[in-house]
Order: sequence, then C-alpha cells, then structure tokens
Amino acid sequence: MTTSANDIEKRIWERLEQIPDPEVPVITITELGVVRGIDWDGDKLTITITPTYTGCPAMTLFTAEIRAAMHAMGFQNLDIKTVYSPAWTTDWLSDAAREKLRRYGIAPPVKTISDPDDLFAPPPAVPCPHCGSDHTHESSRFGSTACKALYVCDDCKEPFEYFKHF
Amino acid sequence: MQNALFQYLLRLGDTNLILSHRLAELCSRGPFLEEDIALTNIALDHIGQAEALLKYASEVEGRSRTEDDLAYLRNETDFRNCLLVEQPNTDFAYVIVRQFFIDVWQGLLYNALKNSKDETLAAMATRFAKETAYHYRHSGSWMVRLGQGTDESRARLERAFRDLWHYTGELFETDATEEKLSAAGIVPTSDALYPEWIAQINRVAGEAGLRLPATDYMASGGRVGMHTEHLGHLLAEMQYLQRAYPGAKW
Repeated sequence: MTTSANDIEKRIWERLEQIPDPEVPVITITELGVVRGIDWDGDKLTITITPTYTGCPAMTLFTAEIRAAMHAMGFQNLDIKTVYSPAWTTDWLSDAAREKLRRYGIAPPVKTISDPDDLFAPPPAVPCPHCGSDHTHESSRFGSTACKALYVCDDCKEPFEYFKHF
Repeated sequence: MQNALFQYLLRLGDTNLILSHRLAELCSRGPFLEEDIALTNIALDHIGQAEALLKYASEVEGRSRTEDDLAYLRNETDFRNCLLVEQPNTDFAYVIVRQFFIDVWQGLLYNALKNSKDETLAAMATRFAKETAYHYRHSGSWMVRLGQGTDESRARLERAFRDLWHYTGELFETDATEEKLSAAGIVPTSDALYPEWIAQINRVAGEAGLRLPATDYMASGGRVGMHTEHLGHLLAEMQYLQRAYPGAKW
C-alpha cells in the first residue's frame, strides 16, 4: 500500500468518526465498533461493517449515512460489505463511549455472568446514570430499541434506559 | 451441494420470517405495554435473522433473486418453514408455547452451527445465538409463570402445549439434504438436537407443572411445501403490497 492510500484511508476514518449513531447520537458509529475496516485500492473503496443486532433498523441508516459521507468526499465507486464475524459485542465500546452514554442518561453495559439455564436469574445491578445509586430495578427487559432495557432508580426515582450487555 | 445448502438456508430463513410475521401481528396488541415491546423486539430479531439467511440463500442460488424476492414473491408451496411457526396467535399461551419450542430448538441449532465448516453460516449462528438466549429467557420464564399462575392461565397453557406439541416432531426430521450437508461438516443433523431439546423442555415443563402429551402423532410437511391452512392467509397479508404494486419501495 502506498503512503497516499494510507493518507486517504486516514481521512476516511476521520470522516466516519463524525457520523453519530442515529438512535444514540452522543456516540459515533466508530465508537460503537460497527465499522470493521476500510480498503482503498486506488479505484474502489470498500467499507466493511458489522451489525449490532441482526435486525437493528439503524443499520440501514448507518449504511445510507456512510454512503452519503463518502459520496460527499468524492468516492463514487463504493462497496459497503456486511460481515457477521467476529460477532459484535458491547465489549468493543470504549471507556470514553461508556462515559458519554452515562452522561446522556443511558446506563452503559455491565458485564454479567448468569447461568443461561436459570430462567429467573436476577437482572444485572445497574448504577443509576443520574444519581449513581446502586438501588435500581429492571422494569422491562426489552426497551425502545433492541439494545436497551428499562430501569428505574429507587433513590432518585428517575426511570432510565440501560444499554444491555451483549 | 449448492442446492442442498440453498434448501437448508430457505428452511432456516423461512422459519424466522414466518415467526417474525406472527409476532409482528401482535404489535400494539400485546397484553400490556412491556410485553408488547418484548414481542415486537423479538420479532425484529427474527426478521433480521431471516433477512441475513435469505440474503445468503440468494447468493448461494445465484439466480439474481434477492432476499426480498424470496420473501415476497414466492408462493405458499415454495415456503420451507416448519409448520409450528405458521400456527396462529390463538391466545397469549399459544404465542408463548410456540416461541418457547422454537427458542430451545434455535438455541441448540445455532450453537451447533457455530462450528459449521461454512464460514458465513458459522458467523451468522454466533450472532444469532446471542439473540436467542434473550428470547429463551423470556418465553421460558413465561411458561413457568403461566403454569404456576391462576387456574385460567394454567388451563390455557396446557391447551396450547397440547395443541402445538404435534408440530414439534418436524423440527427433528433428518432428510437427504441434511445428511449431505452434515457429511461435509456444514450442519448438524436435526435428530442429533433432539435429546438436549427434550431434556430442556422436560425441565421447564416440570417447573411449569405440565406433563408432556402422551401422543406419538406428529404433523409434517413444511420442508416440502405442504403447509397447514394458516400459511396462505398469512402470506396474503405479508405479501399484499409487493403483489399489488410490484417493485414498490418504501
């Protein structure tokens, strides 16, 4: 790869780092870990992405926004490839991204180890993103998007969303 | 081999697609808000899985039919989903029992497919298995709650369990298509999943206070396009727009 191709790929990364997640606009699609790779061969640009949840409707929007941004940069010959391996995990969220989520009012993923066969395993203990209290409870395991659950803080009484560990 | 893989992907893809449509019928009609959201979230996972599987099927087929063509422009007898998922949402107990049978089966199937020699299928299965774990916990915990709930919930659960039971045998049929793919290390044979499936069903049914129906009769036919009367009605609604306005875009 020539230096100029490297420079071009660096510029592309910088542009992609500005595209916000349509559902959670405080973090970008690169912080989320959706963009897996960029390949510029001097003529054709290939961007590889991986879905968060298989049926996440935001993926269509991600693709459209990447396409628009790349066209604006002058790349017409563009291929956006979807790969499933390695499977996306919330472990790819950086500490900075977790902090941004928390400040936005969404509790970041908490690593949980529970027996998959235990149907009534307690939900993870999630600190309230508003007051920091550990006295919270899950009010619904499924939320407004596939990636979130609903919680309520028992101290400050605020409801909040929790970005599920996945 | 390509044709066997295409057939297999249709079975998996169609099963997800039809189940997803059944769950989507409950959107805004769930018994309460959180459950409405749960069922539609699960529907979303299934349609995502269907989309990925049918897209791969279209690539394997190589006849320039897209995943949308496969979903919206095939006829009833061309669908390869299992009969269980096309059964209607008679009441909430039917919805939960249907989901529970499928969740246990998909959990085992996807875990086995993680080791597929077909890299695309293995990668998808790894992704899907994580989603299925959430579904299973949801349907399984409802099985126990309905079974241990009121006389009414218990009676309805028993009826749904008994009625849907004879659609489960089909999930474990092994045929020439599977054997061919299994010999190449691409898929497990369905009968291999049965011992673990029945063990999990027994465990949760026991907690719910249910006894397994004493019947040997099992319905079959989904894989060869012999469906129950319900699929045609479902497709009439699901495919209406593309049939009435071919090529219509959102």
